[in-house]
Amino acid sequence: MQLIACPWCGPREEIEFSYGGQAAVAYPADPASLSDEQWARFVFFRDNPKGPFAERWVHSAGCRRWFGAVRDTRTYEFLSVGPLSATTARTSVLPEATP
Amino acid sequence: MSRIEGYGRIDRSRHVTVTVDGAAYTGHPGDSLASVLLAHDARPANTGVKLGRPRGIGASWTEDPTGLVQVEEPFPEPMLLATTVEATDGLVARGVNGQGRLSEVPDLARYDRLHTHCDVLVIGAGPAGLVAARTAARRGDDVVLVDDRPTAGGTLTGTETIDGRPSLDVVDEIVAELTTSPNVTHLQRTTAFGHYDDGFVLALERRTSHTDDGGLARRSRQRVHRIRAARIVVAAGAIERPIVLEDNDRPGIMLAASARDFLHRYGVLAGREVVVFTSDDAAYAAAVDLHDAGASVQVLDARATAPTLWSRRCADRGIAVTANTHVHGTRGEDRITAALVGPERREVACDLLLTSGGWNPTAHLFSHVGGRLAYDPSLGAFRPAAPRPGVEVIGAADGTFGLADILRQAGGVGAPPANEEPRDPTAVLWRTDGDPTRQFVDIQRDATVADIARAVGAGMTSVEHVKRYTTIGTAHDQGKTSGVIASGITAELLGRPVEDLGTTTFRPPYTPVAFAALAGRERGDLFDPVRTTPIHDRHVAAGAEFEDVGQWKRARHYPHPGENMTDAVLRECAAVRTSVGIMDASTLGKIDVRGPDAAVLLDRLYTNMMSSLKVGRVRYGVMCGNDGMVFDDGTVLRLADDRFLVTTTTGNAAAVLDWMEEWLQTEWPELRVRLTSVTEQWSIFAVAGPRSRDVVGAVFADLDVSNEAFGFMTWHDTALDGVPVRLARISFSGELAFEVSVSAWYAPAVWARLLEAGRDHGITPYGTETMHVLRAEKGYPIIGQDTDGTVSPHDLGMAWAVSKKKPDFVGRRSFGRPQNQDPLRKQLVSLLPTDAATKLPEGSQIVRFADDGRLPAPPVPMLGHVTSSYHSAALDRPFALALVKGGRERIGEVVGVPVAGELVPALIGETVLVDPEGARRDG
Amino acid sequence: MTHAGTTAPTTAPTPPGADLPEHQESLWRSAEPKRSYDVVIVGGGGHGLATAHYLAKLGITNVAVLEKGWLAGGNMARNTTLIRSNYLWDESAGIYEHALKLWEGLEEDLGYPILFSQRGVLNLAHTEQDVRDSVRRVEANKLNGIDAEWLDPDEVAKVCPIVNVSGDIRYPVQGATFQARAGIAKHDYVAWGFARRASEAGIDIIENCEVTGFVADGDRVTGVRTTRGDIAAGTVALCAAGHTSVLLDMLGVPAPLQSHPLQALVSELLEPVHPTIVMSNAVHVYVSQAHKGELVMGAGVDTYNGYGQRGAFHIIERQMAAAVELFPVFARAHLLRSWAGVVDVTPDASPIVGATPYENVFLNCGWGTGGFKATPGLGWAFADTVAHGRPHPLVAPFGLDRFVTGALVDEHGAAAVAH
Repeated sequence: MQLIACPWCGPREEIEFSYGGQAAVAYPADPASLSDEQWARFVFFRDNPKGPFAERWVHSAGCRRWFGAVRDTRTYEFLSVGPLSATTARTSVLPEATP
Repeated sequence: MSRIEGYGRIDRSRHVTVTVDGAAYTGHPGDSLASVLLAHDARPANTGVKLGRPRGIGASWTEDPTGLVQVEEPFPEPMLLATTVEATDGLVARGVNGQGRLSEVPDLARYDRLHTHCDVLVIGAGPAGLVAARTAARRGDDVVLVDDRPTAGGTLTGTETIDGRPSLDVVDEIVAELTTSPNVTHLQRTTAFGHYDDGFVLALERRTSHTDDGGLARRSRQRVHRIRAARIVVAAGAIERPIVLEDNDRPGIMLAASARDFLHRYGVLAGREVVVFTSDDAAYAAAVDLHDAGASVQVLDARATAPTLWSRRCADRGIAVTANTHVHGTRGEDRITAALVGPERREVACDLLLTSGGWNPTAHLFSHVGGRLAYDPSLGAFRPAAPRPGVEVIGAADGTFGLADILRQAGGVGAPPANEEPRDPTAVLWRTDGDPTRQFVDIQRDATVADIARAVGAGMTSVEHVKRYTTIGTAHDQGKTSGVIASGITAELLGRPVEDLGTTTFRPPYTPVAFAALAGRERGDLFDPVRTTPIHDRHVAAGAEFEDVGQWKRARHYPHPGENMTDAVLRECAAVRTSVGIMDASTLGKIDVRGPDAAVLLDRLYTNMMSSLKVGRVRYGVMCGNDGMVFDDGTVLRLADDRFLVTTTTGNAAAVLDWMEEWLQTEWPELRVRLTSVTEQWSIFAVAGPRSRDVVGAVFADLDVSNEAFGFMTWHDTALDGVPVRLARISFSGELAFEVSVSAWYAPAVWARLLEAGRDHGITPYGTETMHVLRAEKGYPIIGQDTDGTVSPHDLGMAWAVSKKKPDFVGRRSFGRPQNQDPLRKQLVSLLPTDAATKLPEGSQIVRFADDGRLPAPPVPMLGHVTSSYHSAALDRPFALALVKGGRERIGEVVGVPVAGELVPALIGETVLVDPEGARRDG
Repeated sequence: MTHAGTTAPTTAPTPPGADLPEHQESLWRSAEPKRSYDVVIVGGGGHGLATAHYLAKLGITNVAVLEKGWLAGGNMARNTTLIRSNYLWDESAGIYEHALKLWEGLEEDLGYPILFSQRGVLNLAHTEQDVRDSVRRVEANKLNGIDAEWLDPDEVAKVCPIVNVSGDIRYPVQGATFQARAGIAKHDYVAWGFARRASEAGIDIIENCEVTGFVADGDRVTGVRTTRGDIAAGTVALCAAGHTSVLLDMLGVPAPLQSHPLQALVSELLEPVHPTIVMSNAVHVYVSQAHKGELVMGAGVDTYNGYGQRGAFHIIERQMAAAVELFPVFARAHLLRSWAGVVDVTPDASPIVGATPYENVFLNCGWGTGGFKATPGLGWAFADTVAHGRPHPLVAPFGLDRFVTGALVDEHGAAAVAH
């Protein structure tokens, strides 16, 4: 069980958090203009890398705020955490992974 | 008797009696079950699992692969090692032959959890752990020290000298210092069994194992410590490695250090005629100590030359030491009678054969978190290869074996000194020559060298395959003594270096942990929180039957004496349709949506338009996921230009709030909206039926409840004795109805007032089942019952709830996919069994009605299924809702529903069966 | 059915291990990779080996099975061995029932004692909605010709006396579905049996051979790059389960897969106490008692993506709580060992099998927690797919294109625990 550093609350037990999958998947500006294929990509397809992965997490049993993280899916280690950008969160640039 | 005066840390002034396999044995507090048996030259009645050969006790602690017992009294427990069971008065146990038995006596003990955070967690209270803990404590760190044995000191026997004094005096001194240090928690009988990320270690404390009653009366039996440590020091010692030889499974064959442990800890001499067979120096200490305690001892050293210092000590005592000699086998029936020595297999009489092939560092806790182990040829063992952040491995667990070195490693310059002892290198010797079919590698699994050879011969080259083929390492001890040997022998047979093969992976738990201990208190009502409404006790008093909806207990119906559910529901339905009923709808999810952009957010999340809703009005709304399938529904009240109150289904309340928050925070953070769950704050009562206006009007006399002043799908605020109350004209039954919302604090009072006001009208409390019938008669779906995640609003006949004006909302794009255009999509319709008598079981499948009225042989194509089915008081017949392929096109068609092997004909119809004109809703 | 008790049993229990089969003397050849094969199967787990076996039956034997580690050391070695076919949707029932029929003859086919034991599976219902979903599935199974029954709590207790069917638990048992033909098998032996047959047929089984890339030529892949050199391939069949995304990333083919840790655990060996298999969704339990006597349990999926073959302990603790809640007699059992696999899950909890944008690369993945039970059925249908260059009808509904058309096979809602 991990200790996850909520950007607002500090380190908390993993059970307080919920996983939100891949970060920076933008809701399409105009879904109606997308092909079925393009729409399916948005709805169902997410990256699944073995290694560092930019993700969204939410501190469900704490401040209830979403944040971004880069985590290594091999070791589960959080490489960095930070707030989602103030504007277009899914498209936002996530905090850089610290090597 | 093999109890030796002057040895051991048992309390000889007191006695305990234990019963093993029906025979009573006397021991002392401080004994283990194994030491009591050995003191009586006895053993548990164990035999090997496959071959049925007798088995004894092969070691003194958790590494023993053989001495398993089933404890029957005072606290039944399967498959414990006799070496780890503390001898308490009245203990009853028996040997087991491979399988434990689960007692049917209920386990009424308590198990709990304790969370601890510390700077340093030290695992193991041997010399390394004690000194490391003291060093950290003196530095001011918060320290937790755990050790699995009853007392601290690890493998120290008291014969060693530390700081010029007997080692156990130093142990006592350090323990005393730790005990008085406010920043130290020192737990014996506490096994660190699992190590997870970020310094998280689980440790099981046995709190009652040394008491006579299992401790049931006084405190939790076991406790799982969930320790989060900034730094972890693994000082778990090492496990001695046997040498595999022919017939090495007989009782009376033991690890050398274990015999020494039995002597010094329990005052038990495990044998009188002792052969020590070793390829390592440490076994000499056993030879010397057992000799000094009265045994006749000889040492056979596999190495070319015996160590000088130890040879001299042996010579001083008359202990014969022969180097460059192997033991190749044993003789004996129930117990070893001789060792077969040298290539000529000379019989050397003995009643105890001690073997020692070196030591395997106990690095399990390091390995659990991915710590890499590498083979160290000088040890013939795997030891930690590279450091891991936050984890230190010291002492024997790191492959450091000299006491002076261990103390230095643990305590640095401040460590107490010990004499430097020269150590000759361990010779790696996995096995001696002999019959491989009788050379046991995993004694508990009856797995031999021949089994490994067979696996290798079959083409296996991985230790993981060999493990699975032979089952070596899968038994109760998880290969504590057999794992590395199996790697070594496999490597030999393959002609490859053992470092290439590695070992199988160590996984938690280090030693077995009872399910109940891990379940803790999460049993019964504490398994999952029980949520009840503020008037739950009123429902109980009214005789309600409850159903679980999510975590909530909801009143399902209120049977009168003699009524079954059908009777009660028909009565409750009739009351609502003819007079007035009242239901506790407080479990509905409620979300306060507030902010200048509240309407924008709701427009994006609901399929219908919410921004056009006027203040004071209510609108039904549907939410879909991105896949365009219905996710939830409910009503939306516009409280102000910038404020809405959203209701959700009971089971989905948290999910809907999470969903809204996710979109708001991650996709549209520019929207100025705040979301607040108010589910628990507001209680809601539905007052429904033609007389509901009379009841509500009577209770809230200052409110004009006429249809003109208080129209359908509008809400009004009022007050009752100064308590704010909100009323809304929302109907889930088609009847004239009001929802009365009040702060949960006042819910019981308002409920009572409404009942009182309705008494003359025969107001009838109704439950969820009645609510389901009433709504089904009106064709209103229940999300999660009439939908299953594959149903669109259009499938439900709710195209009217899908805005055509909004350019986009969540799920809209998916409506345009090819599959959504399929005319054969399943659609919600009603089903009337044509016999007007059969209540179709919910979940029933729907097929074509065959002309002969019979169910054809499978496979039978399915058209859909029954989602809801009830007896209707209003229709005086059973009816159902169903999802049917191309259902709306089939209206008027008779389909078949297989019920108990018969095909029941049923007519597909429109979903609204009662009051299709909607004449009743305004009263 | 032996009852557990503190009194001695009337007959001594059969020593565990006494009735375990003797293994075959010869299993498989560890082959050196050749330069070229007609078919290269990437992934030496159950699916890859079964595909190889059935390819051989079709006469296709110039085949390599590439395994990056030790054979069948991934999910095949880590799963909890449940075999059943009582799935809701016709598409799922089709492939799983075909698999179950093959299981029923597999010992004979493989000439290997795989310890296939049809002891039945109970899927418990705890809420009214569970009951509806269960009846729906039972009725669908029957119409598809799959054995299925709905049992009330008393009948549940007859099948499995140790299940607590009283009202004194948090979510009382309302009944259960029962598929009598469901069972368990010894996973390792299944893999070895397939490997042995494939090896006998001349198929090369190559361990410690990790695919590091693909050689593409237009819309064809001509070979694979591996840690043991390049290997030319006429057709490539991907059977890499949790690691499929890693391979697809090399090919530039997106797929809706997420890899998650899935944990499992065993108790010590215990006298027979649990005669069947029990699964529960609401009180998450999946438990059987294996041949040697250990209780085998599958825990819930860890929620985050992870390739680490380990999970978080709170999942195990919750699993223990659920087990003791439903089976009070388990309170005294001991957790002996826990481990984890990497499961690849899809949005609709159904697999992805079939074509890829490369005309000679076929995909088999996304089985989530259900891969083991499908092993022979998938191997059979996938071999046919690979051999004929088009999806076999049994796997045709599971193409990647369903996510575009919306024709999902959604096994989330009504299929009970998706193990």
